[in-house]
Amino acid sequence: MTLRQLFPFLLAPWLLGQALANPYETTLDNGLRVIVKEDRRAPTAVHMVWYRIGSMDEVDGQSGVAHALEHMMFKGTPSVGPGEFNRLVAAAGGRDNAFTSRDYTAYFQQIPKEKLGEMMQLEADRMRHLNVDPKEFEQEIKVIMEERRMRTDDDPDAKLFEQMNAAAFLVHPYRRPIIGWMDDLENMSATSLKAWYDAWYVPNNAYVVVSGDVDHQAVFELARQHYGGLAARPLPARRDLVEPRQEGPRRITVKAPAELPSLILAYKAPILRDPKQDRDPYALEILTAILNGHDAARFNKKLVREDKVALSAGVGYDSTARGPGLIFLYGTPSEGRSVAELEAALRAQIDRIRREGVSEAELKRTRAQLIAGQVYKLDSMFGQAMEIGQTEAVGLSWKDVETMRERLQQVSAAEVQAVAKKYFDDDGLTVGILDPQALDGKPRRPAVATRH
Amino acid sequence: MKPAMKRLLTATFTLIIAAAAQAGVTIEQWTTGNGTRVNFVAAPTLPMLDVQVDFAAGSMFDPAGKSGLAALTRGVLDLGAGTRDETAIAEQLADLGAQLGGSADTDRASVTLRTLTAKDKLDPALAVLRDVLRKPHFDAAIFEREKARTIAGLKDAMTRPDSIAGKAFWETLYPGHPYGRQATPESIATLTRDDVVAFHGRLYNAANAQISLVGQLTRQQAEAIAEQLSAALPAGAPAELPPPPAPARAAVSAIGHPASQAHIYLGLPAIERGNPDYFPLLVGNYTLGGGGFVSRLVKEVRDKRGFAYSVYSYFAPLRQTGPFQIGLQTQRKQAREAIRVVRGVLDEFVAQGPSEEELAAAKANLSGSFPLRLDSNAKLLANVAAIGFYGLPADYLDRYREKVEAVTAAEVKAAFARHVVPGKLVTVTVAAD
Repeated sequence: MTLRQLFPFLLAPWLLGQALANPYETTLDNGLRVIVKEDRRAPTAVHMVWYRIGSMDEVDGQSGVAHALEHMMFKGTPSVGPGEFNRLVAAAGGRDNAFTSRDYTAYFQQIPKEKLGEMMQLEADRMRHLNVDPKEFEQEIKVIMEERRMRTDDDPDAKLFEQMNAAAFLVHPYRRPIIGWMDDLENMSATSLKAWYDAWYVPNNAYVVVSGDVDHQAVFELARQHYGGLAARPLPARRDLVEPRQEGPRRITVKAPAELPSLILAYKAPILRDPKQDRDPYALEILTAILNGHDAARFNKKLVREDKVALSAGVGYDSTARGPGLIFLYGTPSEGRSVAELEAALRAQIDRIRREGVSEAELKRTRAQLIAGQVYKLDSMFGQAMEIGQTEAVGLSWKDVETMRERLQQVSAAEVQAVAKKYFDDDGLTVGILDPQALDGKPRRPAVATRH
Repeated sequence: MKPAMKRLLTATFTLIIAAAAQAGVTIEQWTTGNGTRVNFVAAPTLPMLDVQVDFAAGSMFDPAGKSGLAALTRGVLDLGAGTRDETAIAEQLADLGAQLGGSADTDRASVTLRTLTAKDKLDPALAVLRDVLRKPHFDAAIFEREKARTIAGLKDAMTRPDSIAGKAFWETLYPGHPYGRQATPESIATLTRDDVVAFHGRLYNAANAQISLVGQLTRQQAEAIAEQLSAALPAGAPAELPPPPAPARAAVSAIGHPASQAHIYLGLPAIERGNPDYFPLLVGNYTLGGGGFVSRLVKEVRDKRGFAYSVYSYFAPLRQTGPFQIGLQTQRKQAREAIRVVRGVLDEFVAQGPSEEELAAAKANLSGSFPLRLDSNAKLLANVAAIGFYGLPADYLDRYREKVEAVTAAEVKAAFARHVVPGKLVTVTVAAD
């Protein structure tokens, strides 16, 4: 095959007309949904299987089970031996991996488009036939403990975030880290993973997302062929734990080897449940963009560049999730400035919006970025599949994405001001502070600036 | 002199590497009137454009004692230019939905722009980029602020085991060469605004630059844009390279740290960009530690022993001899044992090369996954910019699969024997017991 055939999109304009009916969706008899986003720019495809099961479905003492099972999914079935899954994907010219979140567990392959059927065969096999081998588990749990050491134990900011979360939620399972507490990893067994797998890895608790140079009808047919034979099974009841209302600020400190302190202010925040009726989550998204959406957005302009109280500062908010929400203000104070000064400066930015609101120019700027982002997003097939998968994972539909985009564009200055007043309430606040410790316990070297 | 350098010095002429009958990704190349080489790929599907301007102005050009100057210069470059201060630049780009970015590595300093191609977006976004190229302010107060932020960031990095290990690795691999000189809080503290202005004046010029364009443009539009961007720069001359790095020499660096995991790097200076052994090393390394979950290192270190979450090896060819590197993190008490396993895997691979089965698997993946390397404008841009900057053949992408397929086990073994001598390996550990 020549490259010219491989890359027709480089040679002839391909307009967006075909995108109108995109994506496409069907549901197999066993309850497995299949969603296809056609994108013919290059001869590749992304195949993802999403399970509606994440760390929030775990119980105390078994944190990390969802993620550990994700690791074990590569350890073999009766027909595909341990490690063979990766080998077969690699042989097909593919790349594969998986990720576990609080809300879902997902597996993906990026492949030359003609390999899609093979990938479905592999995923369908491990959807119902995984062999959770105790010997394999014994090795793999060590890998997971190393992963925890790398990602959390030796990373002061990750540790701060973990402990802040644990303080912000008393009851809701979002208080537990996705990777699991080390003690839970040390006590985990293959038996508990097998039980997890048997309960949740069924077609009626999963959906497949495919994006790329594919025909949706052909993909539906392949899906029927490979996934259609798997039997549905009733799912265990899920207990939705309700976080009690927070009734006053909470403060935690984490001491860890580091040079610089850091600070997180986490406020309880709403989550989008009804894309047509809800308003506040959209307004908080716009507020986030106005504070932090570009280099001259308020936080960077005022706190980093003008007042130099922060080396960096930001806002984090995800308006979609299965569980409860938080909006975070975070930052690192500049040398010679304290965490308390930074906290006051971050709060002052919110107070200013409460008093004065935001400008039309700022809103317009945010809209321009949203519109451009829509085009840029189409440059990544993987990103398009992720958007569909994540939207579905939190109980919304990919069909809501368009509604959400429209609603974001409609947010008014008054709505932004209203959510600034409503949600940044100290009674729902958790403050996390990283208190940096010298590596050797000795006093730190003097700041360089004092030597010159 | 390397071919890449010769290319830098060629006179102004227009060169179009047109698609031969069997070719595919058409990289059009020419040189602007002001002496800047241009690489262009028309990607007509999406109404957007990616521009990357690369200067041979990475950290390898840091003057002795002024480590960090290249990165700081690039960092402050777009913080005020022409008629706009830093706020005006950021606000105008945000109003257009455009994104200005870039960074400096060892070899290159890059400025990137992603913009929509509608005329009312494209023209003003390019005007900002031209100003950044033509007349950066290097405002004194902004320079001091960014200098202070850089120092604070470096101090923090020097408490993190991965950063400490990374810096120590390059220092130990490249003693006496700029690749080995790492920015420190002390080296940054000595830098002045004059240093930045001088560094910029020396290296940010048309002859030392390359422009790459991928997006919804005609050749004519691309030419006009490239001419204007290039004309914003002084003509200048290409950068002179420092003397090449010394050959590999074994060394051990063990650094204490309270972390729970040891961070371990092994490696040596291996090959430069354009080295004919690149493909045998690429294919061989897939089996050794480049092939993700299917590599020998992952099988032995992770799967069999549960020693590490991440273990890998790769070649990073640079303008001058770039490193071969193996990396992993493991519980500090088993660091020695993990290193022993890694060295065993490496020794065996260097001595025997891949099996025929492994070689076939490596080729199947590297060749089969080739379309995944080019399936977005962002990926095309990265490839095209590297091909241009390092003077790789314009048919590099067209011939990639053929070159992979042609590699033999004997070539892999011979190439590893030339470039990866286990007795010359540098070992760096941080937080190992």
